[in-house]
Amino acid sequence: MEEKDENKGSRRNFLKLGLGVGVTSILAATSASLLTSNKAFAGNSEKIKVLTQDGKLVEVNKADLVPADQIVSREDSHKGLPNRKFAMVIDLGKCKNARKCIEACQEGHQLPKEQEWMRVFLMQDTEKTAPYWFPRPCFHCDNPLCVSVCPVGATYKRSDGIVLVDNERCIGCKFCMTACPFSARQFHWKEPTTYTVPEEKYSPETNMPGREGTVGKCVFCPDKLRKGELPRCASACPMGVIYFGDIIEDTVTNGDETIRFSELIKNRAGYRQFEELGTEPSVYYLPPVDRQFPLERGLDGLDEQQIKKYDNVPYIKNLKETKDGI
Amino acid sequence: MEYDSSKLMREFAPQIEKTSKSWYLVFATLLAFFLFGIFGLYTQITKGHVVTGMRDNVVWGVYIVNFIFFMGMSYAGALISGILYLFKSSWRGPVIRMAELITIISLFIGPVFILFCIGRLDRLYYLILFPRIQSPITWDVIAISTDLIGCIIFLYLSFIEDFAKLRDYKELQLPKWRKRLYKYLALGYQETPWQYKIISHTKNIMAAMVIAIAIIVYSVLAWIFGVTLQPGWHSTIFGPYFVIAAVYSGTGMLIVVMWIFRKVYKLEEYITEKHFVNVGVLLLILAAFFGYFTFSDYLTKWYGSIKMDKVLIDKLFTSEYYYMFIASNYLGVLVPIIVVGIKKFRTITNITIAGLITVVSLWFNRYLIVVPTLETPYFPIQDVRSEWLSYSVTWVEMSLILAGISVFCMLFMLASKFVPIISISEMEKHTGETRGLMRD
Repeated sequence: MEEKDENKGSRRNFLKLGLGVGVTSILAATSASLLTSNKAFAGNSEKIKVLTQDGKLVEVNKADLVPADQIVSREDSHKGLPNRKFAMVIDLGKCKNARKCIEACQEGHQLPKEQEWMRVFLMQDTEKTAPYWFPRPCFHCDNPLCVSVCPVGATYKRSDGIVLVDNERCIGCKFCMTACPFSARQFHWKEPTTYTVPEEKYSPETNMPGREGTVGKCVFCPDKLRKGELPRCASACPMGVIYFGDIIEDTVTNGDETIRFSELIKNRAGYRQFEELGTEPSVYYLPPVDRQFPLERGLDGLDEQQIKKYDNVPYIKNLKETKDGI
Repeated sequence: MEYDSSKLMREFAPQIEKTSKSWYLVFATLLAFFLFGIFGLYTQITKGHVVTGMRDNVVWGVYIVNFIFFMGMSYAGALISGILYLFKSSWRGPVIRMAELITIISLFIGPVFILFCIGRLDRLYYLILFPRIQSPITWDVIAISTDLIGCIIFLYLSFIEDFAKLRDYKELQLPKWRKRLYKYLALGYQETPWQYKIISHTKNIMAAMVIAIAIIVYSVLAWIFGVTLQPGWHSTIFGPYFVIAAVYSGTGMLIVVMWIFRKVYKLEEYITEKHFVNVGVLLLILAAFFGYFTFSDYLTKWYGSIKMDKVLIDKLFTSEYYYMFIASNYLGVLVPIIVVGIKKFRTITNITIAGLITVVSLWFNRYLIVVPTLETPYFPIQDVRSEWLSYSVTWVEMSLILAGISVFCMLFMLASKFVPIISISEMEKHTGETRGLMRD
């Protein structure tokens, strides 16, 4: 298991998100936060040469260097990773509702159990069509209505395509929640209790800790991306359902295989959900064909109550009726 | 019968001078409801919005419904008083003050309801500090504050002449500070021809502006819903639809208020059946318009039904919201049309009942606009928590609704102790015409 993880990690580095490999671990999250420190004028002034994200060699005070896990400030979180345009491709043929993406996301973002930034719906478009499992992160739309309607600029779109929420700015008017057609946003209806991250370590990139009266949602894990790793949901999926990558580089990977984004979409007839709404999502889907698992496998391990939430899906209705019949 | 100033003052002075026991009793009851609302608000602030019925799908509930409702009534007052004033309707005298009071009072209450819906009230000033002009909420902030200022100016202008009359009426039995207050508020108005010309001119300009501002405010409110992509909301008709619905509900409210004050302050001589019929005819016209807009909106959604529109329409027409839909959109349109339209039914009591039905059904109309849409998102609501599936009002929300209604009544009661509930200066100006009207 350990070895496999490591293996995955090295493949992830293929993406070379953020910085070159070795430098990643010692450099601050952005060159800006590195160079604007006041400490530059104080005491110890041992210099060191480092490579910045945009490929320049600069000399900085050694004392100013901070580990890459450094919290990205609210201000810096407005800047996207340079020359990146992130996209996600979800292969519906492989999903069996293992819910590992949800669990990894909740664990990584310290969400309470009932709060799911990543959700898996049981979709069935009509009674005659086939049901399928449908993982839904935030779509990080290129024409995001949530961003347009925010009255205070608490939610914003970055150059790398990621849409974030700054819950220190959010006034909790919930307009973004009604504007989002994909139900991607969630509100903290009461003071959350699950967070162990201290308040001063808050960053919109992780959106931790959450605060009462503000909005949260899937962030595409920029903290992982900065380290050249995949978002938590993508690396946690045991089936390799979720591919993540960069449209500029035209590459996506699920940790096991790395594919040209454009070819994958072309060959597998990739599409975007609710394209007609015109929000230009950054999340693409591959149709649920050549299924690797029968749909019922997704119901394994779910208790009666959890299955109850799918009651309106025609497939489940039929299933229950035939069961009752016998 | 001559409506000269001194007779009118004699008539209306007791309304301001004396306060009956039952007035205090009613006021105390309303105050109790208000305090219960404060307790509800305290609970919501300390425990979080989890005490409301709102959840992640239905993120806006009755608070927004009340916000639209009170804003709508305020609009009615503005438009009715503005139009009546601008077109010099001869019968406006006895009702214009009430319409104005409806405007200003509900304009103070309405925006408070949107505050209940905001998660971080401590950051409210961010709306001014970090405004983004592309957000319809910013439009709303600008529009409502402009409306509030515009309406206050317009109403103040229409009060000045009466303040001067109260100041000059020597027999007024009031404490000294009250008399001094009227003196300040009258701004030295002596009804010189020049002053009269200035004030009439300004009032004309303000009446026209208040009408325009009110249309903008209510359209902006509608666009908050219209600009989103949600089924049922994404409609081009919403701007004018909301404007009509607003005037409609306010006209209904005006009739109810007329009836109450006529009874309480024995104004039968001034507010006659003619006034009820005239405002009733206005109600009938608006009911027809409102019905037409409602029909047009739902017909287009139902006929060429897009999938999500169809899901929503099914809830409204045939299942969950069937009865509420009938109550709001059938009764709310047909009752006023039948009552006012058929001469036999056109009595004061019937028109008042029609007005009341209008007000109540318009509240449900707004509920049907806000809640069912939010219960019908594009992705299915698949949640194990049942309260996440559909919306129901909690006691906290109920307490704040009641508080809103009682504040509305309390402010009306206080206002009636401060200014004559019938504008004396307006009555005087149109004595001749009013008498003419009463004869036919």
